[in-house]
Amino acid sequence: MSDASHWSVFINAALINNFVLAYFLGICPFFGVSAKLETAVRMGGAVSFVMLVASVCAYLINLLLDAVNAPYLRIISYILVIASTVQLVEMLMRKLSPTTFRAMGIYLPLITTNCAILGLALFQTNRGYGFTSAIAYALGAGAGFALALVLMAGVREKLDLANVPNLVKGTAAALIVAGILSMSFMGFAGLGR
Amino acid sequence: MLGKEVSSTDEFVKGLWRENPVFVQVLGMCPALAVSNTAINALTMGLATTFVLLMSGMSVSALRNFIPREARIVSFICIIASFVTAVDYIIQAISLELHRSLGAFIALIVVNCLILGRAEAFASKNSLGRSVLDGLGMGVGFTVALLWIGVVREILGSGTLFGVVLFPDTFQTWTVMVLPSGGFFAMAMWLLLVNWLKEREAAAEKRTQEATS
Repeated sequence: MSDASHWSVFINAALINNFVLAYFLGICPFFGVSAKLETAVRMGGAVSFVMLVASVCAYLINLLLDAVNAPYLRIISYILVIASTVQLVEMLMRKLSPTTFRAMGIYLPLITTNCAILGLALFQTNRGYGFTSAIAYALGAGAGFALALVLMAGVREKLDLANVPNLVKGTAAALIVAGILSMSFMGFAGLGR
Repeated sequence: MLGKEVSSTDEFVKGLWRENPVFVQVLGMCPALAVSNTAINALTMGLATTFVLLMSGMSVSALRNFIPREARIVSFICIIASFVTAVDYIIQAISLELHRSLGAFIALIVVNCLILGRAEAFASKNSLGRSVLDGLGMGVGFTVALLWIGVVREILGSGTLFGVVLFPDTFQTWTVMVLPSGGFFAMAMWLLLVNWLKEREAAAEKRTQEATS
């Protein structure tokens, strides 16, 4: 595979088929952690890292499962790998930056149940990506997730100052903002294949 | 005896409205938005989730005294993942076409926060019978919510319902409703309606309280 196709895999995952806005993966942290810009940036970084590690692990596990001919173990083994990676990130973060660790709260362990990560592992398996394409795909998905999260946080910080009717406040307003963001991301549709 | 019966019906009914997983707790949003572009997809997803919810609730509740506290989340996830794998193969056996249109989202039931949430908050603390009722109620509530979103999106976006054409040719379809952004908008609309109904209910309650006092 040439470099150009890796680039197109990256762009495809980050912009055209953005994980949050086109596939609806990882909606819970998308709404949960997007209230503040700073937390959103850190969450984006953490999720991107877990995605990269999970993608590499998923590739290797898939080789192993194919070798022993046991595809029915795929979901269980993927989710276990993701859970252990998240545990690792959690320990690292507690050691390196306790303030971030506290700011992320419950959403850090919840990365385990972030569908974006399991979705990434499953999609790359279904599409039969090679090792390098898988890494490009994981990087693109992580970048796309972080981008969507940061954009959303920026809009919501401004929205806090606006005068919104009581009925719309909270989740409904966030959903409408997400819908408009998703529409604007459709403008990227002509970029790749 | 009667009191106990009332409360166990309540375990079932609470999932339908008062603690509806999608509209009130806002859990399990990813599948609710992703596969609700047609009513039939929404229905399949809802039934599959109900099945997993019921079976995992039963297993977790039955094993609750054997699972050590420290390892409970991992054990719950393993139980859930086994049932999801089963559902994945069952749907594949029933209809390949449906399996293809739902794609990886069936496997993604594993990470539906609703299921792990119920296992942790309810099934690991309650008896088998109650867990079954709770699982059924939550599942039905989830299915109904998904179906509502799916029906709106299919009628407006394709002009059909369960594949049956509803409007004459002159109907201009709202393509945006089938696209991802339509999912966000349809969900926001239902949420607004639910909020409005709740507000009215609360206001009416307040008025009757004032009238009686």
